[in-house]
Amino acid sequence: MRASRICPRSVIPTLMASVLSGLVGIGSASAKPEYVWGGKLDLTRGVSTVDGSAGGGIASWALISGNETRDGIGGTANVTALRSHNFTLTSYAAGIGAWDRYEVTLGGQDFDTGRTGGRLGLGNGYTFHQDILGLKARLFGDAVYDQDHWTPQVAVGAQIKSADHKAILHALGARRASGVDYYVSATKILLDRSLLIDATIRMTEANQWGLLGFGGDRRSGYQPQFEGSIGYLVTPRLLVGAELRTKPDNLRFAREGDAADLFAAVALSKTLSATLAWAEIGDVATLRRQSGLYLSLQAGF
Amino acid sequence: MRLHPASLFVALGLALPFTAGATEKPVDPYVQSDRNAGVTPIQGDGVYKAFHGKAGIDRIVHRLNGYHHTDPRISDLFHAADDQRLERTLSEMFCYVLGGPCHYTGRDMASAHKDMGVQIAHQNAQIEDLQKAMAEEHVPVWAQNKLLAKLAPLERVTVTR
Repeated sequence: MRASRICPRSVIPTLMASVLSGLVGIGSASAKPEYVWGGKLDLTRGVSTVDGSAGGGIASWALISGNETRDGIGGTANVTALRSHNFTLTSYAAGIGAWDRYEVTLGGQDFDTGRTGGRLGLGNGYTFHQDILGLKARLFGDAVYDQDHWTPQVAVGAQIKSADHKAILHALGARRASGVDYYVSATKILLDRSLLIDATIRMTEANQWGLLGFGGDRRSGYQPQFEGSIGYLVTPRLLVGAELRTKPDNLRFAREGDAADLFAAVALSKTLSATLAWAEIGDVATLRRQSGLYLSLQAGF
Repeated sequence: MRLHPASLFVALGLALPFTAGATEKPVDPYVQSDRNAGVTPIQGDGVYKAFHGKAGIDRIVHRLNGYHHTDPRISDLFHAADDQRLERTLSEMFCYVLGGPCHYTGRDMASAHKDMGVQIAHQNAQIEDLQKAMAEEHVPVWAQNKLLAKLAPLERVTVTR
């Protein structure tokens, strides 16, 4: 049992390990999995979303972060920059992926409004910020190995978001500076067609991912939004595809549009992956049809 | 030794001791059947051709078995392997699964992996070695993935801990 290796004389870790083994569905007296490091196939931990969790660039996936399999606990770290003509969005996160089943990520986003900040009366280079705690649990299915039936890998997740500058968010029409997104993701790799497909439904009140607060003076309350990805495996280490993410439109002062991107994700090594994308993220804070280059680096171990 | 008289007994569905090649070690008796491969073959011969037929499959399997012994992530699992037999049966299996004119004469997947103690990380490592071997044979990625899609569900049987 994995926990008893850490503290062999204690009964409690052994009990915990038994419970965990039961939950995770592995491990028995006759066939003990060794605690091994690393071992996921390239790209099967996904890349990282701007929210910090495993996914594509803007759509969350049911895959679990980190390079560990069902037999281990691994880590992840990522940094992403999306730069349009008028602003820069930077996101960064670190987290763990446990037994290819649970994922916890902690990160943040900075939204540098550049000159638009000045136009909105906030000052040039005014930067919105939010912290994001992400939790995800895989419910069933194996996106990689279940190649003989259609069942996808399915995970549920929550992202607890807290934005700074509460007074300004209220002035812009937002109801609250913090909120929680809930989502369910279904991800499937159709290996015989070299395709990866994901569909995610997110219940959210967030304005611009939460950077402009939650709920608004136009609309408020949870709304279901869609996230989807489709990718083609050019090689085992290169996935190219497209993504879509719809967003609520809650604020009166500026319309909010949906986001889409074309991406190429490459496994540079066992540890490092990079994603390059062209993203269209719609209207943002009075700026029409924003688009720009998206670059993300992700480490998994 | 393809026309070994044992094939008659196989046709009758009888268990028999199997000794195919002079250099293969004897194994416990079992019933031979294509069903032991654990998967149904791919229809048509397009993928088989993309693997360059039986000769290409033989080269891939020989390279793969080389990696079995040199890849530190999995080499321990193959110390005691009968390389002659492993390469012959694995090549038969791939040929059969890819829709080629072969029959699989090895044991079923559960018995073949029963005492190996394979974990999912080992399985993933072997898949990477197989991808490398297929790439070295210049098998296009779409065709590589057709084979991997067939083999993937066997994980439920081959990964035992």
